[in-house]
Amino acid sequence: MSGRIDVRKTYKLFIGGAFPRSESGHSYVVTDPKGKFVANAALASRKDARDAVVAARKAFPGWSARTAYNRAQVLYRVAEIMEDRRPQFVAAVRQSEGLTEARADKVVDESIDRLVWYAGWADKLTQVVGNANPVAGPFFNLSTPEPTGVVAVLAPQRSSLLGLVSVVAPVVVTGNTVVVVSSYERPLPAVTFAEVLATSDVPGGVVNILTGSATTIAPWLAAHMDVNAIDLVGIAGNDELAAELEVAAADNLKRVRRPPATEPSWTASPGLDTMTDFLEIKTVWHPIGV
Amino acid sequence: MSTTATDFSDITRSEASLRRFLHGLPGVDQVGAEARAASLGTRSIKTTSKQFALDLAIRMVDLTTLEGQDTPGKVRALAAKAMRPDPADPTCPSVAAVCVYPDMVATVKEVLGDSGVKVAAVATAFPSGRAALDVKLADTRDAVEAGADEIDMVIDRGAFLAGRYRQVYDEIVAVREACGDAHLKVIFETGELQTYDNVRRASWLAMMAGAHFIKTSTGKVQPAATLPVTLVMLEAVRDFREQTGQMVGVKPAGGIRTSKDAIKYLVTVNEITGPDWLTPEWFRFGASSLLNELLMQRTKMKTGRYSGPDYFTLD
Amino acid sequence: MTEHTGFEYAPAPESRSIVDIKPSYGLFINGDFVDGHGKSFKTISPATEEVLAEVAEADADDIDAAVRAARRAYDRVWGRMPGKERAKYLYRIARIIQERGREIAVLESIDNGKPIKETRDVDVPISAAHFFYYAGWADKLEYSGYGTEPLGVAGQVIPWNFPLLMLAWKIAPALACGNTVVLKPAETTPLTALLFAEICQQADLPPGVVNIVTGAGATGQALVGHPDVDKVAFTGSTEVGKAIARAVAGTDKKVTLELGGKAANVVFDDAPLDQAVEGIVNGIFFNQGHVCCAGSRLLVQESIADELLARLKRRMSTLRLGDPLDKNTDIGAINSAEQLAKIKELSAIGEAEGAGRWSPPCELPAHGFWFPPTVFTGVSQAHRIAREEIFGPVLSVLTFRTPSEAIEKANNTPFGLSAGVWTEKGSRILKMANALRAGVVWANTFNKFDPTSPFGGYQESGYGREGGRQGLAAYLKGGQR
Repeated sequence: MSGRIDVRKTYKLFIGGAFPRSESGHSYVVTDPKGKFVANAALASRKDARDAVVAARKAFPGWSARTAYNRAQVLYRVAEIMEDRRPQFVAAVRQSEGLTEARADKVVDESIDRLVWYAGWADKLTQVVGNANPVAGPFFNLSTPEPTGVVAVLAPQRSSLLGLVSVVAPVVVTGNTVVVVSSYERPLPAVTFAEVLATSDVPGGVVNILTGSATTIAPWLAAHMDVNAIDLVGIAGNDELAAELEVAAADNLKRVRRPPATEPSWTASPGLDTMTDFLEIKTVWHPIGV
Repeated sequence: MSTTATDFSDITRSEASLRRFLHGLPGVDQVGAEARAASLGTRSIKTTSKQFALDLAIRMVDLTTLEGQDTPGKVRALAAKAMRPDPADPTCPSVAAVCVYPDMVATVKEVLGDSGVKVAAVATAFPSGRAALDVKLADTRDAVEAGADEIDMVIDRGAFLAGRYRQVYDEIVAVREACGDAHLKVIFETGELQTYDNVRRASWLAMMAGAHFIKTSTGKVQPAATLPVTLVMLEAVRDFREQTGQMVGVKPAGGIRTSKDAIKYLVTVNEITGPDWLTPEWFRFGASSLLNELLMQRTKMKTGRYSGPDYFTLD
Repeated sequence: MTEHTGFEYAPAPESRSIVDIKPSYGLFINGDFVDGHGKSFKTISPATEEVLAEVAEADADDIDAAVRAARRAYDRVWGRMPGKERAKYLYRIARIIQERGREIAVLESIDNGKPIKETRDVDVPISAAHFFYYAGWADKLEYSGYGTEPLGVAGQVIPWNFPLLMLAWKIAPALACGNTVVLKPAETTPLTALLFAEICQQADLPPGVVNIVTGAGATGQALVGHPDVDKVAFTGSTEVGKAIARAVAGTDKKVTLELGGKAANVVFDDAPLDQAVEGIVNGIFFNQGHVCCAGSRLLVQESIADELLARLKRRMSTLRLGDPLDKNTDIGAINSAEQLAKIKELSAIGEAEGAGRWSPPCELPAHGFWFPPTVFTGVSQAHRIAREEIFGPVLSVLTFRTPSEAIEKANNTPFGLSAGVWTEKGSRILKMANALRAGVVWANTFNKFDPTSPFGGYQESGYGREGGRQGLAAYLKGGQR
């Protein structure tokens, strides 16, 4: 036991590729499951959310214009860097969720593998969900999926890393950009994840992470007219709030992914709907003639 | 410079015939053109060929200042640099020209004297081109009277995009006349024309109207010069000579920052139009900061060491 | 080639020091390099004729050992490994190819004769991309449309024109689907396959999953004919392809074949002319014309034929032929003395049959195998050079008057691998695309390849597709044939 005092990390927001504090100046206490103080994390305000949406919108044209191959490479790089920092993630998950080392190991393994799984979909999903259509006339007709735009995601409350990766990766792999509200009580793996994103060739603004309260921030995101879709899994079980948010979302007809009754375990293989819920199908016609 | 121009009167006699001709030119596939430019950009120019290219690029620079805040002091300094770009090396060639606003021409001419460096003036309500024709012609005559050797005019992009080709054509013809003996460069502002098809059409239009040079941009609008846009213009001047025997020069301007960029342009000239255009008489770079980049590379090739900005003047 | 007064490009050689070519190579079986029992042979550089290395020949016993190793690896390790773990091996391989990219490109240029500009910018990056793409399918096979069951052991024989890229096209999907492989590279270009074996070792790929057996026709036959090979994949000449099809008849073996072509590149009078010229040049002179899908027949609308030809010849004059390792070389060496003889023979026939022959002035190096880019004009469908695959930098030019005539002439061939069409009119692009009987139609472009895009031919150009979701069909029980 040395007398050395450690240099504690400040847990800030991740917006536009940078790590600002909340513009409100507010923070909140994060404890481990036993109640021990861990850190003060930035408490995101509605203005932070507003700024995050601006950053996400700005990043969308560039990110969605990249080749699918390039997006796959970027996500794979995120997985590489996560793998490189396994111990850090294992420690963060243990601290946040109170897991044993063995269980935390498994969670981190699955998180990295889940990221790799999604990375591989970038240049394949079109082949599985898109297709030519044999219309009854001399026309070339092709249907392909396109990203919807800026997606707001309320990350799961309990699964601080695996759940987070499982809701962020499917959104961005197809070209959307995302504003994520992390788990309120377990935000720290999200902050570590943000640090990996910042160093893995992910362009600023593609993923924005707000630490804080989903119940406070969500209404602002649900009502935001420049958000195209919203994933409510982070308020699973809160039917009343979910209904309100869905009503607010209707103002610009956001695509809403409703929350389940309880947060899933995240270990089952995800289906394609995690991606297709945030895609628009475009169908193109062209006459065929000399 | 040929004075007996090919007779295009059949094509230019009416709006309709001019439109038919321009719209009948072969289209340009954007992806294909950009791929060709990128491929030319992979040529590896080293050692003796690099030295040759750097010196040639320096000789092709139209050293430019076109700022509201230009003063006689600023343009005098620029003119001095134009004549002697490298203060430490008298073997470094001079640039081709100094390019300024018309009211600075006289000052520049005083400094340049009979050094061989030309004075180019922008005119015709540069950069926007939005003024009455007689205002634009007066602007041109002023510059010519002040002693400009070359006039860089802008076309009326509004008229072009609205399809009033004949108007654009007539204006170029009028400006050419107002130039007298001065050489005319016609600026398209390719960033506003946007498509390569438009650039090809503008090229033919300007060449039929008597341009000595066609030029990409004012440098005030992004994107300015790009390699693919210049490639399309080089193809146009090549085709024009094929058809008429006349040569027209090409000047990319704005956005050419590094020696590597400049050399890519020279490779493109070499392989698209051929070496006849590889002289300041037929190819220019409209640039300001490029010159120091070229000088630094030139110095590195001579001395073997990387240089730094402190060894070159800002102007 | 032409004299450029003034702007000569000084030599810009890529350094050879990055590659370490061993004096001799063994076979790669069960994760190790072992001696072959056949008669070893030499591989040379076609640009200089220098001997590069001695390479082992796999005889029937060696093939048997390789297939046994592959079978063991399939039964015990690879066939039962979850897809997501197989994926990670393939991702590793993709990454290592990227990391060692320059080294691989230089080696490929030396062994094959193609320019470093192509190996660096095309062969190596697309090879890596294939592994990357198929890595991502390994754990998603339930979405493939072909089920999730692999076939077992695949015997794969590849040609010399894109040695590493053809290897990637074969191995990546096979492994992604859970098969193990025994692959025979071409006898004139074994070196990058042997380097790939090293990469498999670096990636810690379980022994026996990939086996590389070098040799020539006899080795290939032994591999294809081995009773314990479940799947045969072959890229090469139509002649050999037919022989393989006969050899597997009556067995349970599944086969995919990617064979020759005589593609028509159709240029209409409203084509974007300068880009069409690029497409033509790319189509037949890229890779010295050693491309199965080369646009070897230019079908140009008669009304613009003269203008197009003039532009084409002018463009051909700027092509640079020479040292493959010079970064400014556009056209490299012909791969072998044998191939050069074939090209010369067919070209002589072309002249004898009355076609007009033209090449830009070209200085050919004293050593090595070289052929200048060549154009035959006034060619008709009846000429042999319009029907037979030359597999060299030789273009035959025919004309047509109407779209239907273009279609008729383009399709008038037993081949059907690829075709090109150039026109600014969208509806005509689609009409031609519909009418051209070819597995790949390039509209206003040519020779574009991507791991996501299925590639393969109609009729005598073979069957099966490589690349894309359809590329999985060849390696899964639920796929066709």
